Amino acid sequence: MALPVYASTAERVWHYVFHVFCAGVFVFLIAPILVIIPLSFNAEPYFTFSEGMLRLDPAAYSLRWYRDFLENPQWLHAVRNSLVIASSATLLATTLGTIAALGLSRAEMPLRKTVMSILIAPMIVPIIIAAAAMYFFYSQLDLAQSYAGIILAHTALGTPFVVITVTATLTGFDRSLVRAAQSLGAGPAFTFFKVVLPLILPGVISGALFAFITSFDEVVVVLFLAGYDQRTIPRQMWAGIREQISPTILAVATILIVISIALLTTVELLRRRSLRLRGVRE
Amino acid sequence: MARAAVTPGQLTAADGTPLKISLARAMRRRRITAFLLATPLLLFVLVTFLMPIFDMLTRSVANPEVRTYWPEVTAALADWDGAELPEERVFAALYRDLVSSREARTVGKVATRLNYEMSGMRSLIMKTQRRVQRIEPPYREAFLDLDPRWGDPDVWKLVKRMSSPYTLSYYLAAVDMRFDPDGNIVAQPENKRIYVPLFLRTFRISLLITALCLVLGFPVSYLLATLPLRVSNLLMIMVLLPFWTSLLVRTTSWIVILQQQGVLNDLLVWIGIIGDQNRISMIYNQTGTIIAMTHILLPFMVLPLYSVMRTISPSYMRAAQSLGAHPWEAFWRVYAPLTLPGVGAGCLLVFILAIGYYITPALVGGTSGQLISNMIAYHMQKSLNWGLAAALGTLLLAAVLILYWVYNKLVGVENMKLG
Repeated sequence: MALPVYASTAERVWHYVFHVFCAGVFVFLIAPILVIIPLSFNAEPYFTFSEGMLRLDPAAYSLRWYRDFLENPQWLHAVRNSLVIASSATLLATTLGTIAALGLSRAEMPLRKTVMSILIAPMIVPIIIAAAAMYFFYSQLDLAQSYAGIILAHTALGTPFVVITVTATLTGFDRSLVRAAQSLGAGPAFTFFKVVLPLILPGVISGALFAFITSFDEVVVVLFLAGYDQRTIPRQMWAGIREQISPTILAVATILIVISIALLTTVELLRRRSLRLRGVRE
Repeated sequence: MARAAVTPGQLTAADGTPLKISLARAMRRRRITAFLLATPLLLFVLVTFLMPIFDMLTRSVANPEVRTYWPEVTAALADWDGAELPEERVFAALYRDLVSSREARTVGKVATRLNYEMSGMRSLIMKTQRRVQRIEPPYREAFLDLDPRWGDPDVWKLVKRMSSPYTLSYYLAAVDMRFDPDGNIVAQPENKRIYVPLFLRTFRISLLITALCLVLGFPVSYLLATLPLRVSNLLMIMVLLPFWTSLLVRTTSWIVILQQQGVLNDLLVWIGIIGDQNRISMIYNQTGTIIAMTHILLPFMVLPLYSVMRTISPSYMRAAQSLGAHPWEAFWRVYAPLTLPGVGAGCLLVFILAIGYYITPALVGGTSGQLISNMIAYHMQKSLNWGLAAALGTLLLAAVLILYWVYNKLVGVENMKLG
């Protein structure tokens, strides 16, 4: 989008206005996330830059909020809960979602559109409605205030992402490879694990990461279904924002940002790998 | 299995069945296999997700309280014509039901249910049940002595109406209407209308957020789509990072930035645009909700727009300009119409997500930034009027499903882009 030499004044002005506007939008997108990182090292219990911080005085920075986080049994319990719930939900969602995607991507799948819309529903239905409905229903089954209830709910919320990413990967999948394996005598299970899975693995993993982040970041269902024992990191942050706001949540937020950067990088690398495997050139 | 008759000259499979039948059979088997693969997840979603939703739908019309806890009154009122005050046997039935529901501690549920329909019912019933030991036959006089409101036919009409197993009254309440004593549907008095204005506010704010996302997202998508891939992939990270960052983290950042002692106000004071005394309140109100939600939903606009714009060849614009079109005209008449599928997909997606949003308005919305979801949560957790929560939820769900249906027609769920 370099400006050609023959551009008129109006075009020049427009060019710069356009680029400044876009830069503004990028700042709007990224600044709120970046601003929180230095603030989490604030030595004072404030949510804004102190004068010392602006002077880059080392005394104005400290790790006290990180220490606070690491020494607080409530937070550590929440971290354990989040990891247990998110990994169980991810495992379940990825298994169920991948198997379903294998069926959905076959040409002979009957009622594909209907089945697909049902399977995507957990992603579309507003979360508050899902949470309220699950609260009514799971209470009757004695699943409210239990790990099992939250894991089941989070699995349901995570499956659409797995179905979407794996089906997308399977559209570029060469089905003759399956026939080749079968003609060489491989059974269905062997074909799946040795031929299909390695090729669609990037899609499966990014689906799993989506399912993981969905559960890891989910707070509304937890608000309704979880008891005090099942509090997760987002639930603890929710309480932190609503009740006893302290910069500890900024430290937690910074840690979560680092995790999301790691996840984003992984998904991006997987996407490129998947494209390369399918022979698409970028 | 009966073997189909084979006419000479017809193609047959190795076992002698006509090829057509054999193929159809194989095809059917493959269709069943494909469907069986999807079955486990289908059942899972059915049990863990769709059944709860269905359960909620029934809850929005269910009306079990009076019927279950006051069975004798229900039976005695069944053939009451509603013209004058019920006879002695209805009051006797009320006495027996009050005694038994008092013992079972269920009388409060009936009282609360009736109070949703007519204020004052709760205090009337609770007062009566406290003094129920003093009541002696003849019951009619005793009840009327205790509280003259028992002589009001409207009270009895209400009890009779509420003894039916299903009711529309929660839905009526959700659209600011009610039954009058004679069972006609009338609008709520003006000062009691809260839900229709709240629905309208939700739609208005969602539309505004969608428009803001389009205004901010369109130029950025255009820039990303026209830059070389190496650069645009780098810039894309700026769009994807917020997408992957925890919602609560993003909401926290906006609190940090926008609050009165926050970063932005500090900056404005330091520059000297505003004085230290009149810091702007940008959060815990509608402005806060709109800013934070626009930030959160912007990636959902950029991603579909970008994927459509990538496919538009830049030579179209050049062709239009070489034929004499002004750059603006080339843009509006050639480029913009081609982006419409992306604009439609992005706007629908953002709007669908916005009208059901809960977390951000709850945390940064104050009172003026609350949306319909927050009212559902309020009735679920605070007022415990679950029937009304279910009815409001069903109405919101209906709106979302209609939009989802349009989205599905327009884009197709399987084409949804996830970064």
